Amino acid sequence: MWWNRTFVPLLLALLTLPCAASDGGFGWVDVVLLRTHNTWVVVLSTAVLGVASGAVGSFLLLRKRSLMGDALSHATLPGIGIAFAVMTAAGGDAKSLPGLLLGATVSGVLGLLVMLGIGRTTRLRDDVAMGLVLSVFFGLGVAVLGMVQRLPDAAGLESFIYGKPASIVLDDFRWIVALAVIVTVVSILLFKEFKLLCFDDGFASSQGWPVLALDILLLGMVTAVTVIGLQAVGLILIIAFLITPPAAARFWTDHLPTMAFLSALIGGVSGWLGASISALTPDLPAGGVIVVVAAAVFLVSMFCAPARGVLGRWLRHARLRHKIGRQHLLRGAYEILEADQSRPGAPDNHAFPRAELQGKRTWTPHELGRILRREARRGHIEDLPGSRLRLTEEGFGEAARITRNHRLWEMYLVTHADIAPSHVDRDADMVEHVLEAELVQRLEAALRKQGAWVPQPRSPHRI
Amino acid sequence: MSWTSFDTWIVVAGALCAVACALPGCFLVLRRMSMMGDAISHAVLPGLAAAFMITGSRTSLAMFIGAAAVGVLTALFTQWISRFGNVDRGAAMGIVFTTLFAIGLLMIRRAAGRVDLDPGCVLYGAIELTPLDTVALGPLEVPRVVVVMGMVLLLNLAMVGLLFKELRLSAFDPGLSDTLGFSSRLLHYLLMTVVAVTTVAAFEAVGSIIVIAMLIVPAGAALLLTHRLVPMLLIACGVAAVSSLMGHWLAIEVPSWFGMEATNSSGMMAVAAGLLFGMAWLFGREGGLVARLGRGARVSKEIDRAPRHGTEREESRPLP
Amino acid sequence: MKTLIRNMSPRGDAAGEDLSGHPSDIPLAVHDLTVAYHRKPVIWDVDLDIPEGKLVGIVGPNGAGKSTLMKACLDLIPKTSGEVAIYGKSYRSQRRMVGYVPQRESVDWDFPVSALDVVAMGTYRQLGWLRPVGRRQKEQAMDALEQVGIGHLAKRQIRQLSGGQQQRVFLARALAQDAKVYFMDEPFAAVDAATEEAIVKLLRTLNERGKTCLVVHHDLATVSSYFDWLVLLNMRVVASGPTKEVFTAANLEKTYGGHLSLIDDALRALRNVVE
Repeated sequence: MWWNRTFVPLLLALLTLPCAASDGGFGWVDVVLLRTHNTWVVVLSTAVLGVASGAVGSFLLLRKRSLMGDALSHATLPGIGIAFAVMTAAGGDAKSLPGLLLGATVSGVLGLLVMLGIGRTTRLRDDVAMGLVLSVFFGLGVAVLGMVQRLPDAAGLESFIYGKPASIVLDDFRWIVALAVIVTVVSILLFKEFKLLCFDDGFASSQGWPVLALDILLLGMVTAVTVIGLQAVGLILIIAFLITPPAAARFWTDHLPTMAFLSALIGGVSGWLGASISALTPDLPAGGVIVVVAAAVFLVSMFCAPARGVLGRWLRHARLRHKIGRQHLLRGAYEILEADQSRPGAPDNHAFPRAELQGKRTWTPHELGRILRREARRGHIEDLPGSRLRLTEEGFGEAARITRNHRLWEMYLVTHADIAPSHVDRDADMVEHVLEAELVQRLEAALRKQGAWVPQPRSPHRI
Repeated sequence: MSWTSFDTWIVVAGALCAVACALPGCFLVLRRMSMMGDAISHAVLPGLAAAFMITGSRTSLAMFIGAAAVGVLTALFTQWISRFGNVDRGAAMGIVFTTLFAIGLLMIRRAAGRVDLDPGCVLYGAIELTPLDTVALGPLEVPRVVVVMGMVLLLNLAMVGLLFKELRLSAFDPGLSDTLGFSSRLLHYLLMTVVAVTTVAAFEAVGSIIVIAMLIVPAGAALLLTHRLVPMLLIACGVAAVSSLMGHWLAIEVPSWFGMEATNSSGMMAVAAGLLFGMAWLFGREGGLVARLGRGARVSKEIDRAPRHGTEREESRPLP
Repeated sequence: MKTLIRNMSPRGDAAGEDLSGHPSDIPLAVHDLTVAYHRKPVIWDVDLDIPEGKLVGIVGPNGAGKSTLMKACLDLIPKTSGEVAIYGKSYRSQRRMVGYVPQRESVDWDFPVSALDVVAMGTYRQLGWLRPVGRRQKEQAMDALEQVGIGHLAKRQIRQLSGGQQQRVFLARALAQDAKVYFMDEPFAAVDAATEEAIVKLLRTLNERGKTCLVVHHDLATVSSYFDWLVLLNMRVVASGPTKEVFTAANLEKTYGGHLSLIDDALRALRNVVE
C-alpha cells in the first residue's frame, strides 16, 4: 500500500534511531549530532534558517500578514530566472548562488513595494494585494523560466521551487548563516519598534515612528529569509517556516519575547530534526519532512498548550459552566431553606422536595439531574427517598457562602455601579478576593439596613 | 508570427478557465479570502498522489475526485484551526496548505518508482499541449480541455446565477444571512467546493498558476472599476478572457524580442492579467492613481486660488 | 467551541419547540440568562418580560452587557445558562418574527452594493433559497427607504453615504424585513440630528403598527421622550417597566452609580417632558 511506502519508513526511522548505527552507513547519532561530514552543513543550515524565520515570522503573524511570506517567496521567482539569463548573457557562472539570490531579492522587494502600493492607494485589502503579487509575479517567473530553460546549463533552476538541501555546500552555508544572523540580530535590536508596529500601527505613526519604513524593513527581512530558504527548502515550503513555528509558539505564551524565542526554537528544532530524518531515510526530501515536523509541533501545541490550547480552553469553559451550575444549585437550595423560615435569619438545614428546586430556575430535569449528580459526588447534596434533597453539612456551608457573596456582589453593583462592570473579575465566587475586607463590611451593613439577611456561613472554609 | 487553429484553441481553453475562475473569484475577494485559491491549488497535491497510488492510474476522474476532496478539506482545516485554535485565518491557511503540499511531495517521492507525476506539471500546466488531446463533438474535433472547462464554467455560472442573492448576502453580512435562515457556513463551503472543483479541473488542463491568478486578479481589477456587484462580475469575466488572449500573444511575442522561442502561456496569461490590473489601478475612475494625482493637483490649485491670509507658501501644499 | 456548548445544553435549539411556561403573546421573555466570556460573566441572571407593542429602551453604562444581552437573545453568541423565548418559542423557530439592526461597524461598507440592494436583503426571507429578487421586493425596499427619508439615495454605493444615512439604510432593511420584534443595537450612536429625528419617527411608526422595538440606547437625556418601556441594565436587570415608573433617581443611581450630574441632567430632561 502506498502509505506503507511513505510513512512506515519514516516511523521506522524514528523508532529505530537508537539502533540504526549498525546498518553500515552513518548512524543516527552522527547525523543528529552533526558528526557526519556531508550532512552537518545541511542540518545546520536548515536549523539556522528555522531560527531566523521563526523570529521574523512572529512579527509577521502578529501583524496578521503571515501570508505575505507566501506572496514574497513567489515573487522571487522571476528574479531568479532573469538573474540567470543576465549572468548567462554576461558569460559568467550562470548559477552562482549570490547572483541568483541578488536577483531573487530584487524581485522580492519589487513585489513587496507593489503590495504595499496597492494597499496604500486602493480600497483593495491586504489579501487581494498579496494574491495579486503572488500570482502575477509567479506567472512572470514561470514564463521567464520557460524562456531560459532552453539555455545551456539551466537544469536545476526549478530546484528553487521545491528546494534541494542536499545541494548546499560550505560556501552557501556561509551565506545562509550570515544572512540568518543579520536577520535575527535586527529583529532583536528593533524588537520594541516591531512590537509597536504589530500592536498598533496607528499609534506608532502618531508617535512619529516611520511605520512605512518599519513595514518595509520587516518585509525586507522576510524576503531575505525567503531568499536564503529557497535553496534549502524551496519557495513553497519556506512559507511554512515563516508561519508554522510562530503560530505554534503563540499557543504557549502571551508574552511576546517568549513567543519569539519559542518560535525561533521550534523553527530551529524542526529544521534540525527534519533534515536529520531526511538524511537518514532514502527518498524523503528534507523540505517536506521539515514542514511535516513543524506541523506536528503545531498540532501538539494547538491541542495541548495549557495557556491557549484547545483542550485547556475547553476544560476551562466546562469548569466555568460547572461552577455557575453549582452556584445556581446551592443558592437555589439555600433560598428554599430561607423561604421555609418564618422570620429572616439563619435557616436550618432540612430536606426539601426536588420539585421545588426544579421550579427555582429554568433548567430542564435532565440539566438539573446532571448538576445534582455532580454536586452529590462532591458531597454537597444528597438524594433522599421520595424525590427529596438535602444539603450536606459541607454543602450547606458552601451554599451560605455563595448566597452571601452573591448578595454582597449585587449590593456592590448597586452602590458602585459606575465602576463595577469594568471591574477585573465579576465572579460571585471571588468577592472576597476582589474587594477589600472593609468594603465587604460596609456592603454587609448596607444590606442589613435594607432589612436583608446576610447569611454567615458555618463552614470550615475561611471567608 | 503565424496564428494557427492551435493558438485559437489554446486561447479558448485559457479563456474558459479564466472566466470559470473569475466568477467564484469575485466572491472570494469580497469575502477577504483571496489567498484560498493559492492554498487550495497547492494543497491538492496529496489528493492527486493518493488517488494515483490507490487506483494506480492517471484517469482523470479518480484524480479529480481525490484532488477536489483535499481542496475542500483545506478549507475545512483552515476553518477549524482558525476557529478552535484562535489563529489568524491567513496563518491557518498557510499552515494547512504548506503541510498538505509537503505531505504530497513526500508521497510522490516515496512512490517515485511508480508515479509519473511531476509536481512542476501541476504548477505550470501544459496549456500548449491541450489542442493535441481532442474529443469529437458532433462534426467538430474539440480539445478535451475545452469541453471540461466549458462544463465547469457552466457549473459556476449556474451557481452564481441561482445563488446570486444568497452569495451576496452572506459575503456582505454573514450575521444577517444566518438570522434570515441562509446559513453562511453552508454557503462558505459551497463556494469552497466550487473553487476546489474549478481549481482541480483547470490545473489539470492549464496549470494552477492561471487558476491562482484568475481567482484574484480580474476580481481585484473589477473592484477598482465599479461599485456594483453585477458589473463587477462582468468586468472580471471580461478581464479574464482578455488576459487569456493577451497572455498567449505575449508568450509568443516577448521571447522573440530576445531571440528566444515561445514560452509558457499560462505564466504569461497571469502576467497579462496583472498588466490589465495595473491599467485599472492607474486609470480607474475613482481609486485610480492618475485620477488621484489629478484630484490632488486640482485641490492644490484651488487652494492656490483661494484668497490667502498669510503669505507663507506652505499653505498651498496639496491635501493628503 | 460553539458545537461543544450546544451539545452541553440539552435544550438546544430544537426547531419549533415550545418553551414551557412562556406565554406565546410575549414578544420577548428572558429567564435566568447568564452569558460569560472567558471566566467572567458579562450578564448575570437576567429576567425580562417585554409586553407587546412597546418601544423599549435598554439603558446602562458602558460594559453593562447591553449588546451582549441582545446578541445572546439572537443566538449570535452562546448562552452560558438560561433561556430566551420569542413569542413563547425558541429564537430559531421564530426567526421570521425578528428584525435585527446591528451596530454600524459590523459590516464592510466598501462592499459593492447599493443602498437599495442592502435594504432588499431584508426581503430575502420571504423569498427563500434560489428565488431572485423581483420587482415586488424592490418596491418594498424602495418603500422602506422612502420611509426613512433617503429614497433619493437608493442607487448610491453604501460607502458614499454619510454615517447617518448608513444607519438609515440599516433601519430601512429592518423595516423591509416586516418583523414583529425589532432588536436595534445603538441605532443612535454617532448620527446627525436629522437622522436621529428620522429614527425616532420610524420607531413611532413601527410602534403604531403594533411592533415591539428593543433599542440599546446611550443618551439618558432623551430616554424618557423616546421610549415607553425601559430596561435598566448593569450586568443584571436593575429595573424593567414603564418608563414613568422605572426612570427614577434611585434606579438610575443603582444603574450608573455615582455619576450624579448625569442623572441630574436626565431628571431635568424628564421634568421638562412632563411639564
